[in-house]
Amino acid sequence: MFKARRRAGQGSAPYLFVAPFFLVFAAFGLFPILYTAWVSLHAVDLQNPNESTWVGLENYRKLFSSDFFWNALENTFTIGVISTVPQLCIALGIAHLLNYRLRGRTFFRVAMLMPYATSVAAATLVFSGLFGRDFGMINWLLGQVGVNPVDWDSGRWTSQNALSTIITWRWVGYNALIYLAGMQSVPADLYESAAIDGASRWQQFRYVTIPSLRPTILFTIVVSTIGAIQVFGEPLLFGGVSGHLGGAGRQYQTLGVLLYDEGWFNYKLGYAAAVAWTMFVIIVVAVLVNTTLARRRWRNAA
Amino acid sequence: MRITRRMPTALVGTLAVAALSLCACGSDSDDGGGNVTLNVQLFGSFGYKESGLFDEYQKLHPNISIKFTSVQQESTYWPKIQSQLNAPTGVGDVYAAEVSRIAQVTQNQADRWVDLKTFGAGDLEADYYDWKWKAGTTADGKILGLGTDIGPLAICYRKDLFAKAGLPTDRQELAKSWTSWQAFLDLGKQYKAKAPRGSAFVDTAGGLYNAILGSSIKQYYDESGKPIHETNPAIRDAWNLGVQAAQTGLTARLKQFDEAWNKAFSSGSFASIACPSWMISYIKGQDKNGSGKWDVAPGPGVGNWGGSYLGIPKNSRHQKESYDLIRWLTAPDQQVRLFQDSGIFPASKVAASRPEVADAKDPYFGDAPVGKIFGDVAQNLPVAVHGPRDGSILDAFNNGLLSIETQKTDPDKAWKDTMKNVENLLG
Repeated sequence: MFKARRRAGQGSAPYLFVAPFFLVFAAFGLFPILYTAWVSLHAVDLQNPNESTWVGLENYRKLFSSDFFWNALENTFTIGVISTVPQLCIALGIAHLLNYRLRGRTFFRVAMLMPYATSVAAATLVFSGLFGRDFGMINWLLGQVGVNPVDWDSGRWTSQNALSTIITWRWVGYNALIYLAGMQSVPADLYESAAIDGASRWQQFRYVTIPSLRPTILFTIVVSTIGAIQVFGEPLLFGGVSGHLGGAGRQYQTLGVLLYDEGWFNYKLGYAAAVAWTMFVIIVVAVLVNTTLARRRWRNAA
Repeated sequence: MRITRRMPTALVGTLAVAALSLCACGSDSDDGGGNVTLNVQLFGSFGYKESGLFDEYQKLHPNISIKFTSVQQESTYWPKIQSQLNAPTGVGDVYAAEVSRIAQVTQNQADRWVDLKTFGAGDLEADYYDWKWKAGTTADGKILGLGTDIGPLAICYRKDLFAKAGLPTDRQELAKSWTSWQAFLDLGKQYKAKAPRGSAFVDTAGGLYNAILGSSIKQYYDESGKPIHETNPAIRDAWNLGVQAAQTGLTARLKQFDEAWNKAFSSGSFASIACPSWMISYIKGQDKNGSGKWDVAPGPGVGNWGGSYLGIPKNSRHQKESYDLIRWLTAPDQQVRLFQDSGIFPASKVAASRPEVADAKDPYFGDAPVGKIFGDVAQNLPVAVHGPRDGSILDAFNNGLLSIETQKTDPDKAWKDTMKNVENLLG
């Protein structure tokens, strides 16, 4: 009795403390999500957004029967895979290296975070220059070893690889720091006992570090998956005048870019809202799949 | 059955860009002492700030202060303006509309722009090129924009590169040799045969296509407002010439306004470009040491590319003051000054006929009589039929041609893709 009453008395304080977050979330997170859902059931013209016509699920029907949608979905998936997988692997490797006692450790750690602090626009513009067909440095370097200039922008794989380079460059440091933080909380005696058992550096990494980092790795996978589904600024800016299509042949149009193109170039706000909601559902599903797969795998491994 | 309902205006701001209209409003209201702040939002470069016209206007009218912002890309500017136009209270007082958007204003948004006739703009009609004026008025005679500038088309070319390829370099001679666009391309084939390494005849197939179609009265819409992108023979002709240029390797396979395109002006990746009057100062900016290398000649057809209007949104709280400002900015004296300072060609034919413009020669372009070359085109331009989505449709065609140039897409497939893109944006 006494115990329960006390818990109830304490109970209100935490709720009060978290309330501001949820109020702000309701206003700027939940409401837009629900309102976007509402908009997606209407035909709304950007030129005249105050008037809208109820169309039910028509926007979704059109979206799912549109080649542009499936193309964007596929691009989002391939760009997501070729940027997220290397990104996390490289980050893990770098974190492992930074975890050694290095001279100038702080410098390296700060330097790692610099790309993350760079704006998408600035980074993309610089990289578009590097990937330029006629005057780009990458083609110049390739030319030094006798490779013909590559028109990075026009090919599906070349452009998507260029984009994955930009994305990887921007996010490796961020993920590396998170891994590093996770690594530093691994108790040193685990390594010591592993070393006594005769485990090599690699075996220590494989059997001590990685299992200890499970929750951290799961976190970065979830965050990167969400980021990958929302990729927008890089393809838009990389494409210059054809950025809103994701290249002249939509070869790197992602879902985010499709949303922008339909809403702000084609003025179809209701349709764009349907794209937005579809992206939201895909993200939720992807995150659920990620977490269940990861849990099951680790449970089996354990 | 479809139900049309009005959404509460305040709720509409949720989508990201729409939200822009709700912030950054500032308070531009009257402070009681008769002082008025006019919020002027433009894109690209109109030259007003650069030529000191805003400062001068504020000096002439001490009670007016001008708050000026500019967005570099028109393609990001226009969607932003759309949400502001629909905000309940005034966000901006003066907006600009590019010629490819003006039909959207006159045909779809006449209720959201101030009819300038109410302030006496009707008297200005005689000052303007007929085609320019008409595009800014609605079918029932409302005047929604005052023309700032126009983009009559000529051909800019690199004399040094032409000479290396054994082509004539004299502008008169060239103008006589390219009497048609096909003749222009034939000259291009001659150029290609002896061109310096890495140099194409013309910059882009899209730029060529746009210049060719620019001389047509009917482009993407017919007089009744019906889209005719699929059936208009003028589009097919222009497209076919663009395809021919792309497939015979006459183009530099670039995207206009890309960094690589900018660099190509000085690197010599292309030797000629369809050149509206505003391109003159653009070239000077990109090829700083190009004086004497470039020249400009009348092109195979008369066409127009670009140029803008200034208008006032209905939700502006200072419509009269805004009108006084735009009327002054677009008055012949100011248009002449902008031409002299930045080569912005007057939309006012009164301004264009002043000797400062009509007799102007440009030393950078080998003393070419730019005033006469562009003025002649402006004088002969037909009153073209505009439609609300001209700009976006053109963009789709440009991307179609670009895919032929850079991705080796089959022209038939590129045409079909373009039709699909156009239908998607209209649908």
